[in-house]
Amino acid sequence: MSVQPNPKLREYAALASGAKLSGLQWGGIAAVIVVGLLLPQFVSDYRTFQFTLVLVYAMAVLGLNILTGFNGQFSLGHSAFYAIGAYTAAIMMDRWEIAYFWTLPAAGVVCLVAGFLFGLPALRLEGLYLALATFALSIATPPFLKYDRFEKWTGGVQGVTIIKPDAPFGLPMSQDNWLYYFSYAVMLLLFFCAWNLLRGRTGRALKAIRDNPIAARAMGINTALYKSLTFGVSALYTGVAGALGAIAIQFVAPDSFTFFLSVAILVGMVIGGIGSIPGAIFGGIIIVFIPNVAEQISKAAPWAVYGTLLILFMYFMPLGIWGFIRMGYARLTRRQKAIE
Amino acid sequence: MLNRRNFVVSAAALAIALAYGPANAAGKYDPGASDTEIKIGNTNPYSGPASAYGTIGKGIAAYWKMVNAEGGINGRKINFISLDDSYSPPKAVEQIRKLVEQEKVLFVFQSLGTPTNTAIHKYMNAKKVPQLFVATGASKWGQPKKFPWTMGWQPTYPSESKIYATYLLNNKPDAKIAILYQNDDYGKDYLNGFLEGLGAKAKTMVVAKASYETSDPTVDPQVIKLKASGADVFFNITTPKFAAQAIRKVADLGWQPLHFLNNVSTSIPGVLKPAGLEKSVGLITTGYIKDPGDPQWANDADVKAWNAWMDKYYPEGDKKSSFNAYAYAVSSTMAEVLKRAGDNLTRANIMKQAASLKGLKVPLLLPGITVDTSPTDFYPIQCAKLQKFDGAKWVLVGDTICPK
Repeated sequence: MSVQPNPKLREYAALASGAKLSGLQWGGIAAVIVVGLLLPQFVSDYRTFQFTLVLVYAMAVLGLNILTGFNGQFSLGHSAFYAIGAYTAAIMMDRWEIAYFWTLPAAGVVCLVAGFLFGLPALRLEGLYLALATFALSIATPPFLKYDRFEKWTGGVQGVTIIKPDAPFGLPMSQDNWLYYFSYAVMLLLFFCAWNLLRGRTGRALKAIRDNPIAARAMGINTALYKSLTFGVSALYTGVAGALGAIAIQFVAPDSFTFFLSVAILVGMVIGGIGSIPGAIFGGIIIVFIPNVAEQISKAAPWAVYGTLLILFMYFMPLGIWGFIRMGYARLTRRQKAIE
Repeated sequence: MLNRRNFVVSAAALAIALAYGPANAAGKYDPGASDTEIKIGNTNPYSGPASAYGTIGKGIAAYWKMVNAEGGINGRKINFISLDDSYSPPKAVEQIRKLVEQEKVLFVFQSLGTPTNTAIHKYMNAKKVPQLFVATGASKWGQPKKFPWTMGWQPTYPSESKIYATYLLNNKPDAKIAILYQNDDYGKDYLNGFLEGLGAKAKTMVVAKASYETSDPTVDPQVIKLKASGADVFFNITTPKFAAQAIRKVADLGWQPLHFLNNVSTSIPGVLKPAGLEKSVGLITTGYIKDPGDPQWANDADVKAWNAWMDKYYPEGDKKSSFNAYAYAVSSTMAEVLKRAGDNLTRANIMKQAASLKGLKVPLLLPGITVDTSPTDFYPIQCAKLQKFDGAKWVLVGDTICPK
């Protein structure tokens, strides 16, 4: 006697694990995409530039989220990968005069390799020890970028200034608008790839390693390979974000990539929502706008306000903004069902 | 032919022209200026690792508070908008764009930091918005041809070096010079300026050079090596901690060179006390601004005015911090430029006025030091005075020296 799998149950499991999206979720995604497309039409160039930065940081946060949220490996070193991506773009554009769009795949590949190589020794380190090792990586980055021997390429302390790209084919839009749409396209592609990667076998393997590495190994998952590859993919995302960030800011310098950038990405991930893909967008918004809000509240001690805001966020939304939205929705529908 | 009617008409026309002509000319404004207000933008590190500099931004805000309390400039109030950039170049770009595109300031004044100003350098010049009197000692802010909208204020590192070189060429042409420098941007800016100042004689005069990294625990080995070169002049290009080590080691070795110390490390409590005051006697450095904490200026009119200003408008500020004296002096320069711009408050005219200061005396600058600019000279303060340490305070020696 064989058990017939219940197709309905399968459907529910797929929906619950995020492998499939419900009609509501598809609708939400479509709405967000449309809002994103229309946004620059309603705001000034300066605001568009800020939203471009939001997209850039959202990609970096997603990179860290793949590593920390889905795979359980801590990193305080993502400013280093962001810097590598940014410098790859700047050096290619300024020293070798290569078009800006080619710098993104190059930055991605360079960071993939760098992340994978860093992931190998990191295999021996767990939790706090890994956090310390990556912390070392991020504080070593600025002096490394200032190092004499590389000055020919990196410009030393002075950094590299690059030129902002114009819209192609004579499209009648400002540089800021064009860069926004370009970043938007890249972000959608990266988010789609992340969703595809995380919803299937690979995603399950990553989460299994996070939740119980010994059980994961017992089930035949090559934990070493998965963990270092995750490091590589995570670095790739952050590196592409770094390259786009460099193009938007038009300038790279060692002081742009201090340890505080790593902390900002981490804060964005936690407040946006650990282990969620849409949370990364909220993370980007948090990174760009929270310091401005803090400054508006108090110029004398902006960081005290910043800290207070973080505590409030963590107190009222312990699962981050996306977790808050999900929980709120779940509660509403439960009540609905109870009434029915 | 001038008949009566013609005369009346032309007289009336003249009267109208006299009455309305100047009033029309008064309406020359760019964004950020109006009959009642001048909007000035600024970025400073109020948070982050370099937030110690933030007192400069607060000091400048306090200065404009005083100006507004006294009636403003040519009847216009100053609206000073200062934003936090955390000393981060990307944040500086974002904040400066906010100031220019959203707040629509007339110009940006005293944006602080070399990396942050570098990040906005091209943007400001592309937008043709003045980036005036930036707060950094790098030499790249004085390029009127390439960057006509950017200007520095304080003496640059290379120009300070050239003052020592000029002094040596005039007074000790057969000197044998040993140089200790920090191996980074700042150290090399000083070193290159010095070698340039010596010109062709650099090859014969400089007998030894040694560098150190900021991560080095001590510079003792470098000083021993430099002494062994037989030099009789020592140029000390170091930041405070290393300056104190070098001064002490030179004295302990019994080496008695003519000792030049860069302006970065002249703090008496911060450098000379730890090194030993008796070991610091005879050190020579340059100065361009009065240290309000120095007893020799206690009865100076500028310093008295500065003290009164601190008490009234910036009571939470630290009176011992030289940054607050700096903020006062640089703001006075800016106020003078705005006064001279009169009612023609266009960005082009602000730049023009800033680039035509001749022998301007600014409060708190040392006697004899003036602000001088021209359309081809975007280095407002270039001259400085040599000062010698007498065991208790810096004593001015000799005339004002201007690098060639």
